[in-house]
Amino acid sequence: MRRYFGRKLSIYLLTFFVAATIDWLIPRFMPGNPVQTLLSRSALPPEAVPAMTAYYNNLFGLDQPFIQQYVNFWAALLHGDLGRSVYLSGAPVAKVIMDAVPYTLALLVPAILLSWWAGNKFGALAARRALLDNAVLPIGYILTATPYMWLAIVVAWVFGIVLGIFPISGGYSYALEPSLTWTFIGSLLAHWVMPFASLFLVMFGGWAIGMRNMIIYELDADYSRYLKALGAPSGLIRRYAFRNAMLPQITGLALQLGVIVAGALVTEIVFSYPGIGKLLLAAVQNEDYFLLQGIFLFVIGGVLVANFLVDIAYVLVDPRTRLGMRGESA
Amino acid sequence: MTLQVTDLRVYYRTLAGDVRALDGVTFDLADGEIMGLAGESGCGKSTLGNSLVRIDGRMKYVAGTVRLDGLELPIADMDRMDEFRFKDISIIPQYAMSALNPTRKIGRMVADLLESRGVRFGEMRTELERRLLLVGLTEAVLDRYPIELSGGMKQRMVMVLSTLLNPSLLIADEITSALDVTSQRAVAETLVEFRARGFVKGMIVITHDVSILYQVADTLTIMYAGKLAEKAPTSVIMQKALHPYTDLLISSLPEVGVRFDERRLSGIPGTPPSLLNPPPGCRFRDRCPLAFEKCAEEPPFVEVAPDHSVACWKVA
Ligand SMILES: Nc1ncnc2c1ncn2[C@@H]1O[C@H](COP(=O)(O)OP(=O)(O)OP(=O)(O)O)[C@@H](O)[C@H]1O
Ligand code: SF4
Ligand SMILES: [Mg+2]
Repeated sequence: MRRYFGRKLSIYLLTFFVAATIDWLIPRFMPGNPVQTLLSRSALPPEAVPAMTAYYNNLFGLDQPFIQQYVNFWAALLHGDLGRSVYLSGAPVAKVIMDAVPYTLALLVPAILLSWWAGNKFGALAARRALLDNAVLPIGYILTATPYMWLAIVVAWVFGIVLGIFPISGGYSYALEPSLTWTFIGSLLAHWVMPFASLFLVMFGGWAIGMRNMIIYELDADYSRYLKALGAPSGLIRRYAFRNAMLPQITGLALQLGVIVAGALVTEIVFSYPGIGKLLLAAVQNEDYFLLQGIFLFVIGGVLVANFLVDIAYVLVDPRTRLGMRGESA
Repeated sequence: MTLQVTDLRVYYRTLAGDVRALDGVTFDLADGEIMGLAGESGCGKSTLGNSLVRIDGRMKYVAGTVRLDGLELPIADMDRMDEFRFKDISIIPQYAMSALNPTRKIGRMVADLLESRGVRFGEMRTELERRLLLVGLTEAVLDRYPIELSGGMKQRMVMVLSTLLNPSLLIADEITSALDVTSQRAVAETLVEFRARGFVKGMIVITHDVSILYQVADTLTIMYAGKLAEKAPTSVIMQKALHPYTDLLISSLPEVGVRFDERRLSGIPGTPPSLLNPPPGCRFRDRCPLAFEKCAEEPPFVEVAPDHSVACWKVA
């Protein structure tokens, strides 16, 4: 078991290293010069431009040789320093990201886990109730087939504009200052509902359909048929089928995690929600190297950590992976 | 009399209509009898075996009765039939290699199953271990997952499990097909041993393997296109078969010890009729060298000699 996780861990570390390197390379090959962009925005007198360019190049370390920049990047990274944001006037990238992270996590974590949990429950129920099935299936398909952007806009329009129940943009009311008061927390919650609900809905449909199909498949599997032939009550057969049907859903969860980051991007943009997704868009629009790099690093790290957790969960639920490990070390 | 099947008809529902895979089958199985069931692939052998245990959603009970030890089985009633399954009538399915839940330790699965049928696992454990030893397995298998067992071990595990509650009737469907010759012999011997020890009374052994039939079957029943063609003691079928199909089937067989399959049977010219809309009259008519006018009517399955029944106008 130790050996298995040790190997997994080293694979993840290697992945991180490669991904971080690519992450460092990409913005450097993107068109445009961020320092130029920064200066053009600040309306400096023309004679000051060369001096300021040199100053900023030096500040961001862009005047050093390529290799040196790369070494600096890792050295800084190991100290938790992701550089400074050009677009946010030199604010530390790590801090800019950390300010946005709570919003994204508050959106994603409940949406992913709740939709996964509810979708699986619902799908399993649908697999044995024809009436429910007839409702779940079409609704689920419609939900998963709807482009997310479109669904989010419909939700925003219906609940935000037509019914006016929830605010449609921002992370909290612009009239408020962040503070630990009930008014502020209420505002946070009100702004959270719609982006959360739209994410939840889309993922829920997918999980429910997946689970329903898996259960139906498992109930027809040989081991289920054998139990039925031996007169086992349907409770036992369903219990087995549910457990086995969960395995691909757990893998699915791991795979989803990568995709979901993109999902959150669209949500945050539609609802102007101040999370990582919105930050990413801003970084791209402003050609902000360091911010872009920092966000990608964060996303890569998040996906890898999530996958590692799922690996552990999988070993706990599927004996076949445990056996595979035993065979390996033998 | 252990088992009496009368005019059993079970069809498959398909979009194109009913597939009449079991179309009026009548036979008896005596106490302690091991009956071999043979016939070309697709003639309805598994359908017959499964119908006695569990008519699933794709199948449709049409007519017929099944009596086991004098009691009529509610074979069309999925729920009431549960009471008889495993305890009175049991099956070693054609898919025995994949019949065990892959994510449960075998012992746990057996315990779950027994407890769910109101049998205390603790009380059965000694007997279970004794029977495992009998088929060459140790109690250690109970602590393993199915993937840790070889195909043959899984097969034997299923044999022990299926017969654990001493059912009156056991249906063994193609249980030797996936095994090597040595394991086949062992499995056949086990079947006979199980009967000798009284684990099961009667048995229906469905197989493509003649050597197994020689070795274990007291009687042989030949099926053709959803109907019975002939039933008689094994030696009679092998030497003095009366039905033209049996004759062709037996003569197309290679010598004992070699397995026959579909390809070998292509020795009989022609193909069986579609079971979707089978033609009236004798279903073997198109391929029968002896066919005559009368064969446009359906031949009844009648006893022509003691324990020897045939469905053919030429014989009756
Ligand atoms: N689920 C199904 N739906 C429709 N037709 C079916 C179904 N299962 C079997 N059949 C048809 O019923 C007939 C009998 O099938 P069955 O499985 O009983 O044959 P078999 O004699 O056991 O063949 P084999 O020797 O290949 O196992 C076949 O013609 C087959 O095409
Ligand atoms: S009834 Fe006629 S067609 Fe059928 S087997 Fe006998 S002789 Fe052949
Ligand atoms: Mg079959």
